[in-house]
Amino acid sequence: MARMKFLCDADRCIECNACVTACKNEHEVPWGINRRRVVTINDGKPGERSVSMACMHCTDAPCAAVCPVSCFYTTADGVVLHSKDLCIGCGYCFYACPFGAPQYPRVGNFGSRGKMDKCTFCAGGPETDLSKAEYEKYGSNRLAEGKLPLCAEMCSTKSLLAGDGEIIAEIFKERVIKRGYSSGAWGWQTAYRETVAT
Amino acid sequence: MARYRPLRAMLALGALCLVLGVSMGLEGGLNLGLKLSLCPVARAEQPSSVNPTAQSVKEQDLLKELHKVQGRGSIPDTKSYVIQQPAGRDWRQFHEVTLRWIGGIAILGMLALLLVFYLFRGMVRIEAGRSGRTLVRFNGFERFVHWMTAICFITLALTGLNITFGKELLLPYMEPQVFTEWSQWAKYAHNYASFPFTLGVVLIFLLWIAWNFPTPTDMRWLRQGGGIVGHEHPPARRFNAGQKAIYWVVVLVGGTMAASGYILMFPFYETDISQMQTAQMVHAIAGVIFVAIMLAHIYIGTIGMEGAFEAMGSGRVDVNWAREHHSLWLERQIAKGRVEEPPPPEGSPAPAE
Repeated sequence: MARMKFLCDADRCIECNACVTACKNEHEVPWGINRRRVVTINDGKPGERSVSMACMHCTDAPCAAVCPVSCFYTTADGVVLHSKDLCIGCGYCFYACPFGAPQYPRVGNFGSRGKMDKCTFCAGGPETDLSKAEYEKYGSNRLAEGKLPLCAEMCSTKSLLAGDGEIIAEIFKERVIKRGYSSGAWGWQTAYRETVAT
Repeated sequence: MARYRPLRAMLALGALCLVLGVSMGLEGGLNLGLKLSLCPVARAEQPSSVNPTAQSVKEQDLLKELHKVQGRGSIPDTKSYVIQQPAGRDWRQFHEVTLRWIGGIAILGMLALLLVFYLFRGMVRIEAGRSGRTLVRFNGFERFVHWMTAICFITLALTGLNITFGKELLLPYMEPQVFTEWSQWAKYAHNYASFPFTLGVVLIFLLWIAWNFPTPTDMRWLRQGGGIVGHEHPPARRFNAGQKAIYWVVVLVGGTMAASGYILMFPFYETDISQMQTAQMVHAIAGVIFVAIMLAHIYIGTIGMEGAFEAMGSGRVDVNWAREHHSLWLERQIAKGRVEEPPPPEGSPAPAE
């Protein structure tokens, strides 16, 4: 089985937000929930870089570790998913997540956040694959259809890579060697305890 | 002669302008010439490939310097502008490992201590036996405030411990869906019980502050082990040093719990992610220590000492209990005429109420 990962090549990201739009549309994500977002570092200054960030589907995921009701699980593909039926909306996963991935329908209403929502790597949830119940809670399950996450598929500059970790690392590595520079495989060290040697 | 001065000044100004203009032109020409002559040189020195990242931000540098990666986003949710905070892993370590140890040692340690103490010392009896005469120790309002706070405290403690220890102690023995249902209710109970609890802490603070300042009597009481460790009965006023300590724990730790708790209940209003983590750590550590201390309070108020529970139960205590544990307070109450007359000798002792 492949170990699924995301990799955002910040030297290619042009902050077009196509990944964000693709994600929102594909999964019909409600307003206020942002499974993926693009953030620009040193905006307007020479050397600014934009990074598209969502759940990185960490190895030994911190969200899963701190969840007081153990609602997280990791699929055979290394995708970190959770059950909205078990989630109590305590917000702890957001404190533990290094990437700010968990989202809540309501924040600050006496701490009653509602069920957590996050990027599923387009892999749905614990319900039967491609069922209506799965779609309503977690969005579409592209992986079950043999497709990769739509954010990366729609990326206009192919900055955002999604798929088998070894393959996307190889693509990124080749690019970096050819062009001769890189600002890093953002989040890899934190998420996977390894980086792409370039 | 003076008449011609303006004219001369104008002429001088004109000449100056001319000189400046010429020199600027010359300078410009010189610059242009220099630039033209330097350009081919610069082009020749440029490396074969450009390096647009020469000035660019690098992830590893940002993490090394700032310990997080933050930028500008295009959505209203400003906390989403932090795209990396590895500190989340430290918080995880705290929540999953450190807190469990602190909580386990504090709570189980206190229970073990109380058990050993009970086996060794047993219940502290009223040495002189019950006199049958009672006096008011806590009025109705005081008892109402105490029990409102106590019920809220027990609710908060159990539901709070569930968040940290529930998945280890309860989840393995029940259906995940059932545990979620309970935890969901526990979370709401925790949030809503906090309001009467906080009110209780404030009222406790105001109700009993007058009797809770340390006095020299407290030093003597502490030196003699409060009569519970030793067998003496050191004099005390309405509250002894141990009770004063509990009072200040309730006020200060309870206040800390409320303050950190409301930060957690209204997340990201005035706080960022690291402040939320800090608030949780303060809340959790103070919480387990609070529970441990309150276990001792519950012990001494129930099985630890004869005649103590009725102070908060019926509100009336036996005169002999008061004489042994709060002699100075009893003297004043007698002086104020607040102690019942002895009951008729043939009558059975009246119940506590």
